[in-house]
Amino acid sequence: MAQVSLRRLVKKYEGDVQAVKGIDLEIADHEFVVLVGPSGCGKSTTLRMIAGLEDITDGEIAIGGVVVNDIPPRDRDIAMVFQNYALYPHMTVFENMAFGLTLRRFPKDEIRRRVDNAARILDIGELLDRKPKALSGGQRQRVAMGRAIVRDPKVFLFDEPLSNLDAKLRVQMRTEIKKVHQTVKTTTVYVTHDQVEAMTLADRVVVMNNGIIEQVGPPQELYHNPTTKFVAGFIGSPAMNFIPARLENGAGALRLHLPEGIVLPVPPERTKRYAPHAGQEVLFGLRPEHLTEEKPTDKANIATFQVRPEVIEPMGMETLVHFWLQGTEVSARLDPAVPAEVGRPLTLAADMNRMHLIDPRTERVL
Amino acid sequence: MSGASMATGAPAAPAYRKVGSLRRERRWALIGAYAALAVFVVFFLLPPFHMLITSLKSSAEIADLSGNPWTVSRPTLENYWALLTHGSYPIHFRNSVIVTLCTVAITMLISIPAAFALARMRFWGSTVLATGVFLTYLVPETLLFIPLFQIIGGMGLYNNMWAMVLIYPTLTVPFCTWIMIGYFGSIPKELDEAALIDGANHFQMLWKIFIPVALPGILAATIFAFTVSWAQFLYPMAFLVSSDQMVLTTGIVSDLIRGDTFQWGMIMAGALLAALPPLLVYAFLMDYYIAGLTAGATKG
Ligand SMILES: Nc1ncnc2c1ncn2[C@@H]1O[C@H](COP(=O)(O)OP(=O)(O)OP(=O)(O)O)[C@@H](O)[C@H]1O
Ligand SMILES: [Mg+2]
Repeated sequence: MAQVSLRRLVKKYEGDVQAVKGIDLEIADHEFVVLVGPSGCGKSTTLRMIAGLEDITDGEIAIGGVVVNDIPPRDRDIAMVFQNYALYPHMTVFENMAFGLTLRRFPKDEIRRRVDNAARILDIGELLDRKPKALSGGQRQRVAMGRAIVRDPKVFLFDEPLSNLDAKLRVQMRTEIKKVHQTVKTTTVYVTHDQVEAMTLADRVVVMNNGIIEQVGPPQELYHNPTTKFVAGFIGSPAMNFIPARLENGAGALRLHLPEGIVLPVPPERTKRYAPHAGQEVLFGLRPEHLTEEKPTDKANIATFQVRPEVIEPMGMETLVHFWLQGTEVSARLDPAVPAEVGRPLTLAADMNRMHLIDPRTERVL
Repeated sequence: MSGASMATGAPAAPAYRKVGSLRRERRWALIGAYAALAVFVVFFLLPPFHMLITSLKSSAEIADLSGNPWTVSRPTLENYWALLTHGSYPIHFRNSVIVTLCTVAITMLISIPAAFALARMRFWGSTVLATGVFLTYLVPETLLFIPLFQIIGGMGLYNNMWAMVLIYPTLTVPFCTWIMIGYFGSIPKELDEAALIDGANHFQMLWKIFIPVALPGILAATIFAFTVSWAQFLYPMAFLVSSDQMVLTTGIVSDLIRGDTFQWGMIMAGALLAALPPLLVYAFLMDYYIAGLTAGATKG
């Protein structure tokens, strides 16, 4: 087990595609780090450079304190789980898991012991004599993980391991992966484009966009204190509402002027933080879960306003209400007991304690 | 369909008129397929059948113009017997086997790594090279044998069957490489990457993972190389003159045709026997080949 360091890491593909544009990241021993971001943002490229499957254009990667730039994959002591599992089709499950150990000339009984142990952790003991084609997607996924576990490597690398599974199995395997990590505690770098997967699995989430790191932090930190518009919009589902607004200073208190005459007071404790931006056009960010039905509360800084719902989506445990403010779609999450109807005025309560203001030019959170 | 016609106010007709029959359509498709196959089979099996009949006839019966060419009245194995006990047919057979086996081995030794490199490794000019490999295959051998004559002569290999082992790969390597590039490309590259991460060096990865998985494609190429070198005619015709160096294709023609005397019975017997090895190779490898395909070898 080991820490992993990425220092000013750059990857250029031929044709001047810069997939990774100089990222710095320190991953601690035992840590579970998830790289998340939209398609094409350079997650896989970063992971493959750690694995040694891609050359490093610039910068360096260290595993366990040793710079591995010029070390081939087989000597980096890492294990990787691929999206398509990449099980060896001509070998049984046992042989698949034992392959790495056999190459390293482990004694037979040690191989047997390790494979049995991994099979027990993953509950695939009955499958050891089967060929991969006789396995279901979930079982193949387990075998691929088993192949990584038996090696007892310094680092686990996962590249979207769950995206070939159906939704239900994905949730189940997600839990499984978390359980395995709690058992073996190997340093893990996990790539996904699914922010829910990232939030549920990670000790720390690395949000990537366009070859750079937007923000790094524990899931809760990213949820509550995003530093950029991208992170604010990427983390959380449904996504945060961004409403164009003007910040006005009136009678010692800051106020947000939204489209259609809606005016919302800014909580007094934020006055100092936002005062320098008074008079500016900003983006007002508020998550749908912080825009709910009006209910009796003694919480401070709850602002109410009326809207006309245009689309209503009952989800069972909640109801999503969508409306438009001068062309900007806004979503709210309501208790399903609230009688909401398309076109009928509805009073919503905005929890201004959870508001974000974003500079529309720099797209940074103020 | 009938619903739509009723909506337009068609006169009272049975509500569900039968528009067609899927089963009848299928039967016609089947009959068509059988008819086409029958024509095909007759067309391709008649010549070998004629060869077989002729090979079982004595010279006298062949020469008798009043007889039916499609039947044999007094079947005899004397042609086969003469072929295998007198003359140099067994030597030609042995030469063909040696040349073909060596050619196939050399072809695979060159083509597999070449195809792997061209399919997998991205290096400067790799795509141009892959196309180039195929283009060399398109140069006709009738053009090549004149310069090759100079080269072989310069090497002192004229009238030496080992020259064939050097020349045949120029025919087989480009095509085999080219079809294997295609097949190798369809194998997910994560498979080799997983092996490399698991601790294999490139050689172990090729030998233990890649080649077993790519076997169906490799066997297809092997069959091709075998067929080409077994049936090659022009080069042995041009380069081999003495009977002890000849291979089957030229040996049969030069030994069994003396001036304008054609020993038809023995020619047919020799040609039929010569067709056996390819037949066996196809039968054996095809089974293997299909087994490999159905094993879903490329799907992780
Ligand atoms: N072999 C390659 N040659 C050239 N460009 C490449 C190559 N591989 C990836 N790229 C480019 O590099 C960028 C990053 O690709 P990468 O595979 O890392 O994205 P990703 O974040 O993993 O996306 P996804 O979620 O779709 O897997 C993309 O713009 C992609 O087109
Ligand atoms: Mg990817």
